[in-house]
Amino acid sequence: MVDPNQGHIRSSEWEGKGLDLFEYQGKELFARHGIPVPSGEAAETPAEAKAAAERIGGPVAVKAQVQVGGRGKAGGIKVANTVAEAEAAAEQILGMDIKGHTVHRVWIEAASEIEKEYYASITFDRSNKKPLVMLSAMGGVDIEAVAEEHPEKLARLHVDPLSGFHPHHARRLCYEAGIDDAAMRGVQDILLKLYKGFIELDAMLFEVNPLIVTKSGDVIALDAKVTIDNNALYRHPDILALQEASTSDPQERMAQEKGVTYVKLDGDVGILGNGAGLVMSTLDVVALAGGRPANFLDAGGGSKADEVVAALEVLLSDPKVKSLLINIFGGITRCDEVAEGLLTAIDQLGSTLPIVVRLDGTNEEEGRAIIKERAPKNVVVEPTMLSAAKRAVELAKEAAA
Amino acid sequence: MSILVDQNTRLVVQGITGREGAFHATRNKHYGTNVVAGVTPGKGGQDVEGIPVFNTLHDAVQQTGANTAMVFVPPRFATDALYEAIESGVELIICITEGIPAHDMLQVYTNLKRGNQRLVGPNCPGIISPGKASVGIMPTQVFTPGRVGLVSRSGTLTYQISKELALLGIGQSTVVGIGGDPIVGSSFIDIVSEFDKDPDTDLIVMVGEIGGDEEEKAAQFISENVTTPVVSYIAGFQAPPGKQMGHAGAIITGSSGTAQGKKEALEAKGIRVGTNPTEVAQFVKEHLG
Repeated sequence: MVDPNQGHIRSSEWEGKGLDLFEYQGKELFARHGIPVPSGEAAETPAEAKAAAERIGGPVAVKAQVQVGGRGKAGGIKVANTVAEAEAAAEQILGMDIKGHTVHRVWIEAASEIEKEYYASITFDRSNKKPLVMLSAMGGVDIEAVAEEHPEKLARLHVDPLSGFHPHHARRLCYEAGIDDAAMRGVQDILLKLYKGFIELDAMLFEVNPLIVTKSGDVIALDAKVTIDNNALYRHPDILALQEASTSDPQERMAQEKGVTYVKLDGDVGILGNGAGLVMSTLDVVALAGGRPANFLDAGGGSKADEVVAALEVLLSDPKVKSLLINIFGGITRCDEVAEGLLTAIDQLGSTLPIVVRLDGTNEEEGRAIIKERAPKNVVVEPTMLSAAKRAVELAKEAAA
Repeated sequence: MSILVDQNTRLVVQGITGREGAFHATRNKHYGTNVVAGVTPGKGGQDVEGIPVFNTLHDAVQQTGANTAMVFVPPRFATDALYEAIESGVELIICITEGIPAHDMLQVYTNLKRGNQRLVGPNCPGIISPGKASVGIMPTQVFTPGRVGLVSRSGTLTYQISKELALLGIGQSTVVGIGGDPIVGSSFIDIVSEFDKDPDTDLIVMVGEIGGDEEEKAAQFISENVTTPVVSYIAGFQAPPGKQMGHAGAIITGSSGTAQGKKEALEAKGIRVGTNPTEVAQFVKEHLG
């Protein structure tokens, strides 16, 4: 669980399998890999949308850029026949809330004349340990429902990671999915390019719904859901650069800047622990004690004093936090280092919040002694994880009362 | 007995002269593990606390008879080190390195499965058979020799549960951290099978967490194949449902990957799941009588 370079513990699962891209970013990557997409531009204001519609010319689609499904039903996609309509549509969509996601950007693209809607995807199937390519002639709809009600309409093919995806695979998928003869060639071409891009970009997911056939017979990716493996971002600096503005939460943003592994939750007991598994277990124990965790924060496998200070800065900046629970099991992490970091943080930040500390493992005695001798009164030590969780929950309730 | 590592382990450490590699190789040696060699290209002929360093794994294995390799190489170079380990012919490869790209691991995994070698990890804390050998980064003071086999996706949670067991006077035959990455060399099923064959393991503790469907698969496997009793723990009930990009993922797994889903799958096969590490230890105690 340790990166010898950094000494940080992560759970790839907790942090998501990777970096999710917006549709407009995914389409840009598709275009670079020769996958046909409608020409378009991103816009953050109605004026920008108007200018973009002018440049594109003709009818356009104005599409909310949010990382959540169902935006069409929510009114996040509008077709505009004129530049004025495009501006008005952007005015309506920008700032809209779609399932808790605020729309900060729209994508304006040339409207397509849709003849047929298909579905195509490639997934990193960790269960079968092979990439899985799926294709259906029933696209543009809820594909999960298709998979359930008409499983035979969704063609699936696992790809041997060593020998790769070849034209015969693409043909087989097209025949099984019942793709129209006229569109076969275009669909096969796109499947091959998607697979190539999937590998080259270290993707965990490529999903195109719908993959359309236009009235003139062209096959085009009308949507793009792309997720890139976090661990591979070092070899895709251009994609890494897209990551910056992914969160608007102040604590999450601060954590990103400080390199702290943090996820905001909606409770009032702040949590700091080391190791993703132990931190998740800590959240569960807090909930079992009748409390609600405010966050997930993994201080890492080799937590040093300054890392603890950075972590506490993030936690203490959250006004919802009423008490803190610090749960450390020292392996590589030394409990005395954690205690020193805690004292430094309290000193620097002047916090009077109740803080419950549980220290076990490497140098636990030294760590507890440091807190006992030098910590202010708002810091208490508890002997076990369960008693510490219980105490932190009680203190949060008292503070809230 | 025990599984995977013991007195017969002859360990070679790839990346032994790095800060972490040197620190943990030395600690493993002091625990009593037979660390016979280290590898760092360009540093052949040197030594780390008396452990001879070789330029290539090939030389190290040829000259010392190493049968187990531990990979401590940074993620950008770890795939190369893993292929080197596979080609060296060692029986067991333990990869501690975190951060290896998933597609790289998919290639390594597929190659590996064409032979008979075992890989544990990557992104794991290693393996310890208390009193015999420790290969990896686990805090050895937490573990005592005993008859419970422990297998886990999480490092610190392993230590926590071992401590809870120690408080009840229960030790371990072997503790295996299989790692938390999407692609790992050994699954719960692989390790549980090894424990089931070990005459000195009376009970198995399986520690899982959210994500994937390995716990669900293990539940099925255990109910059909394993005679040794199994107790489990799952972390992550409070984890918010991961935001799902697209729908392909939901279609293929058929499993939610949630802690609740895993708990239900295990309990449906008669495997007890503790609500916290303390309760898991109590279940173990009850089973052992």
